[in-house]
Amino acid sequence: MGNAIVWIVWVVAALACLGTGIAVVSLTNPFYSALSLIGNLASLAVLYLLAAAEFVAAAQVLVYAGAVMVMFLFVIAYLGGRADAPWAGGPRSLQIAAVVASVALLVEVIIAIGLKAGGRLSDEKTVSDAFGSPKEIGRLFLTDHLLAFEITSIVLLVAAVGGVVLGMRSEDEDEPEPEEATTA
Amino acid sequence: MIAMLGPEIPFYLVVSGILFAIGALGVMLRRSPLIVLLSLEIMLNACNLSLIGFSRLLGDGDGQIFALSVMAVAAAEVVVGLGLIVAIARRRLDLDVDEMQELRG
Repeated sequence: MGNAIVWIVWVVAALACLGTGIAVVSLTNPFYSALSLIGNLASLAVLYLLAAAEFVAAAQVLVYAGAVMVMFLFVIAYLGGRADAPWAGGPRSLQIAAVVASVALLVEVIIAIGLKAGGRLSDEKTVSDAFGSPKEIGRLFLTDHLLAFEITSIVLLVAAVGGVVLGMRSEDEDEPEPEEATTA
Repeated sequence: MIAMLGPEIPFYLVVSGILFAIGALGVMLRRSPLIVLLSLEIMLNACNLSLIGFSRLLGDGDGQIFALSVMAVAAAEVVVGLGLIVAIARRRLDLDVDEMQELRG
């Protein structure tokens, strides 16, 4: 009985995840694309939960669906969210090549994984209750993976400095138009 | 001890692969840099899903640590990417990746 419920939840989350992923790529309005990505991230968090990754699922909802997407929506609102039709502009041959390339990528990945690990993908280990809990993740981060933890903090610092540098107003930039300056 | 309930790991990997292909299609097809960034996020998350699937398969937490590191790098990437887009928009250039070719070799 429990197994059937998990299956139903998994199939719903997987379909929502793929559907919202297609919506992100195909919707014209960037605002709707960003909102679909929030749905995509939330349904991925459900899949993470079903694979015993509780802490990653929580971090996904807080960091990604929360903080990162708010920043995205803020920038889209700031830029005015002008429409961009997915199939408009550009030569038709490039669009066909893009579709062919992404399908080839999918086939390639499936064949590579199937050949390399085909028979060994269905004997999951049983894991302890603590697997994926904040306590276990914290222990791993501060013992086996301390270097990765420290490097992550440096990466975030560099990104923050880069964001400030990119946001600074430079000398050679065009002055705003007078009529815009009065309305702003 | 918990045994695996529901679908086995290959189902997770198939969803992850399809999601990665959708994201790659978005990166190649769309011309608005904002949507290209959103599609990149989809690709990163597809990789995270397979990392977590393999982590569950092997009963080893290292994959989850890697997934968390990918999330931190993705946050950094969004900061720099959105900073670039805002800088482009402030210079009144067209927000179109096909139009920005000045650095092309």
